[in-house]
Amino acid sequence: MVKVNDRMRDIGEFIPAKDDDILICRCEEITKGEIRRAVHDGIFTMEEMRRYLRNGMGLCQGQTCGKLVKNIMAKELKISPLELEPETSRAPMRPIEMEIYAKDGGNV
Amino acid sequence: MKTTAEVIIVGGGVVGNAAAYYLAKKGVDVLVLEADDSIGHGGSSRNGGGVRQSGRDVRELPYAIYGIKNLWPTLSEELGVDVEYHQGGNLRLGLEESHLDILRGQVERATSLGLDVKMVDAKEVQEICPYLSDRIVGASWCPTDGHANPMKTTLAFYKRARELGVTFISGEKVVELKKQKGKIRKVMTENGNTYEGETVILAAGYESRKIAQTVGIDIPMTPFFEACLVTEMQPPMFDIMLGVATAEIYGHQCDHGSFVFGSGTGLEATLEPKLDDLRISALDVSANCRAIMKYVPMLKDAKIVRSWGGWMDITHDHVPVISKVSEVPGLILACGMSGHGFGTGPAVGLMLSQMVLDEPLICDSTPLRYDRFKSDR
Repeated sequence: MVKVNDRMRDIGEFIPAKDDDILICRCEEITKGEIRRAVHDGIFTMEEMRRYLRNGMGLCQGQTCGKLVKNIMAKELKISPLELEPETSRAPMRPIEMEIYAKDGGNV
Repeated sequence: MKTTAEVIIVGGGVVGNAAAYYLAKKGVDVLVLEADDSIGHGGSSRNGGGVRQSGRDVRELPYAIYGIKNLWPTLSEELGVDVEYHQGGNLRLGLEESHLDILRGQVERATSLGLDVKMVDAKEVQEICPYLSDRIVGASWCPTDGHANPMKTTLAFYKRARELGVTFISGEKVVELKKQKGKIRKVMTENGNTYEGETVILAAGYESRKIAQTVGIDIPMTPFFEACLVTEMQPPMFDIMLGVATAEIYGHQCDHGSFVFGSGTGLEATLEPKLDDLRISALDVSANCRAIMKYVPMLKDAKIVRSWGGWMDITHDHVPVISKVSEVPGLILACGMSGHGFGTGPAVGLMLSQMVLDEPLICDSTPLRYDRFKSDR
């Protein structure tokens, strides 16, 4: 659901934490600290985060880290995770080789 | 929440964000309204990332060249985000003689404008990029073209503009503009909020059309869908931007190792223009894979991990509208990017900031005016 979001609102400062080195997105090797820091760069939605850091854009397409990223972002933004729209899932469901994907009966 | 500013920008894509950044850098008070929840939700994140001069219209070339010479090389440092810009050159490939005819025409037009672009034969193509099909008979080669990451570039302008004090409000869909005392003044949103500014820049892609109509201006343009795909990570192969004479596909290898290609099925013209529907056709990825394998057969085992797409705003003559509006003082149009908005985004942003401040422009914007569309009957 689209809702008004003032990007200038105060979310406080980025405060480094002990567990910032934990890998959250294992496919693209993105850490908790990188995600938290990006929120303070103004990255307020799951969609923007994926574009900014590539988290959830690897082989599993965020099936492993999606919920973790959401919770980290919500905490940093001081909102409920329910207020964050989930990211969009896209075809294909599993990675498919070009040569196989190409065989849909279209012109060759 | 802030509701007034010297300049209000409608649209948080690469053009709007770049304009916001260049204005803020010059000390102007700016407010950006984005209709979607996310900044860069439109075409700015739905393209293959070309930063090109070859293939551009005479009217676009001056600012396309300006951006590549003066803005792109230092953009990552300037914005504090790696936008993954690479100036590796652009090959536009041909598989048969008729393709070379198309390319020769493009090269002729571009060289007459002083662009360093030339035809190369099959052997030279293999020397520039040994990973391409041996069926390629020739190509055009522009060594100063390149590519960058469109999603990061758009968000980098946003981040830096925000740091410089620009107010961004997302989830605010603009539905109407209003004049006051003959000048632009009010920007009204679907949520019932009103924003006020001295100048309004309309950079909302195809959606700009409806908004401009509320002050009596119509820009003849059509929405056109384009799909993209990305492969899993591959070993580093090449740095160049790839295009083809038939315009079936274009793409490049990213810093990350994955290949990103933009393309279509060829059936786009028959799509119903539902701008909120960003699902791609089931035919898209397969068609794209076939086209890619024709030119880069060694990618046949590369796995596709994701596909996506979006709407472009194509004007009647495929050239953007970047213009003040005589009938509505204070309104500046920056729409109808016609699929060329990303690579020229920084230059257009800078040009818009110059228009707002009445500074000399980086190039003559007269050919980009909104009122150039006349009937030829």
